[in-house]
Amino acid sequence: MAVNIIVCAKQIPDPEAPPASFKVDPNTNKMVVASSVSSVISPYDENAMEAALRIRDKQGGKITVISLGNKLQRDVVKKPLSMGGDELILLDDEAFEEGDAWSTAFALTSAIKKIGAYDLIFCGRVGGDWDQGQVGLAIAEILGIPVITIAKDVEILDTKAKVTRLTAEGYEVVESPTPCLITVTSELGEPRYPTLMGIRKAGKIQPTVWKPQDIGLSPSEVGAQGRKSTLIKLFQPVKEAKCEIIEGENIGEAAINLALKLREIKVI
Amino acid sequence: MAEGKGVLVLGEVVEGKLAPISLELLGGGKKLASDLGEEVSIILIGDEVGKFSSEAIFFGADKVYMVESPLLKDYQIDSYTSAIEKVVQEVSPRILLMGQTFTGRELAPKLAFRLGVGVSTDCTELSIDPDTKELMGTRSVYGGNARAIFQTLGQPQIATVRMKAMSPLEKDEGRKGEVKTIDAGITEDVIRTKVLERGKEEIEGVKLEDADVVVSGGRGMGGPEGFKELQDLAGILKAAVGASRPPCDNSWVPSTWQVGLTGKIISPTLYIAVALSGSSQHMAGCSGSKTIVAINKDPEANIFKEATVGVVGDWKQIIPPFTKKIKELVSG
Repeated sequence: MAVNIIVCAKQIPDPEAPPASFKVDPNTNKMVVASSVSSVISPYDENAMEAALRIRDKQGGKITVISLGNKLQRDVVKKPLSMGGDELILLDDEAFEEGDAWSTAFALTSAIKKIGAYDLIFCGRVGGDWDQGQVGLAIAEILGIPVITIAKDVEILDTKAKVTRLTAEGYEVVESPTPCLITVTSELGEPRYPTLMGIRKAGKIQPTVWKPQDIGLSPSEVGAQGRKSTLIKLFQPVKEAKCEIIEGENIGEAAINLALKLREIKVI
Repeated sequence: MAEGKGVLVLGEVVEGKLAPISLELLGGGKKLASDLGEEVSIILIGDEVGKFSSEAIFFGADKVYMVESPLLKDYQIDSYTSAIEKVVQEVSPRILLMGQTFTGRELAPKLAFRLGVGVSTDCTELSIDPDTKELMGTRSVYGGNARAIFQTLGQPQIATVRMKAMSPLEKDEGRKGEVKTIDAGITEDVIRTKVLERGKEEIEGVKLEDADVVVSGGRGMGGPEGFKELQDLAGILKAAVGASRPPCDNSWVPSTWQVGLTGKIISPTLYIAVALSGSSQHMAGCSGSKTIVAINKDPEANIFKEATVGVVGDWKQIIPPFTKKIKELVSG
């Protein structure tokens, strides 16, 4: 059975960039990321894309990728296409800026309704910038479809999804009717690298760009104005280097002195 | 909706006991409630949860709301969301707290979006604004590179709280509380997903999340062999072994060993970080540790900004004599 899949993928500043490249501007309460930091697709969203590709490789179908933001960089948001995605929809408008999980999920859901038919929606388990882990659950709740979170393996059997998800004790295998929404974790395995052919193919795909009015929303319902949470303060605690460096006549003695120190401060 | 009152905590039962996180939430919730001059209560969901109610009261609950049904015997997201929704409708709490656990992290957003309110996940601090009585939740953002204080809109204000971020009260068997049963009217048709199989992760030794002492290795370990030495050290200290992301990505160790924002978030008493640089992503998973010990050959490594004590040098020269001395001290 060919499967219609939607993947939500977010463009974020590279979370692996050195800590010094992230600075909070206390006047605006905003994160200022050094210009040397490149933008990437949020890591778990790449895992979500990988999950979608594995299913399409096996059963055929179509993968539509949606990204939301403002002034999205085409080379970044096209990565899921070069991995093998078929279509790209960009919710790209300044009105989408400064959203929270609520306004983001609301806009994505409106876009998904406009796309129409789908069997599966994949999201990453948590975004690599605000680290909230809410949007996938929100989309499922607004659409009224079942949700399975933190998946490491997904199979489609007829009209059912069979999902292995992580739990505190280990794992569980959950069966859900489709359509459903699944959030994906890195335990699914490495996302594939784009091939040259994939990159070439992606280059030829023209993304569809939707503004709030294209998905039936007014600018007051999206981005900063559609929030259900207020950012009171953004800050970076000052870290004082207070580490006591243990030394010795030679490195072996320093190692022994470290052990003695741990006994002295009663942690062993 | 009328103004809500009180702090409501979702109780979780793990291996036949109230989970440590639930006791922590009662402790933290009690503090918030007393700042508000209100009460803290707990929801217990299952097929037979009455036996946990006195324990909840001994740990601070003023009220216990029990939702019992054979359909709630095992956790399932749809039925548990509906059960909590029902309790929230009856009780109208001002604040609803859950643990940042595998269940809390999915139930809290799902319920929030159903109720049309905001939610702050993975908070490490909670406080009440004395003027507005609003809940302020502090959490890590940008992979541990900053912290943010959020206030959610709508009532109840929902937050999930990281494990070990709050302290339980001392158990007091003299505490009194009220127990009330709420019929959530759960029917089969709300349950849409079915668990076919549950499995346990096989772990040798101490579980990472529960360990008091953790020995972790990073990229500088150079391969799987180095981790054997860390396992020997861990064995002596009854510690668990962890890793930063590179050893997991390179399959030197299982991915379940990863400590960090994209792995496990732990707060042991002692964290021994060997040959790892201390990236923000990694530190976000272990910055709650009471004492951090750094062993790294790069004196400029970020881990020395986070650690209490450390040695600068090659782990290959440090770990063997260190382990030998630790063994003497521990057995002596």
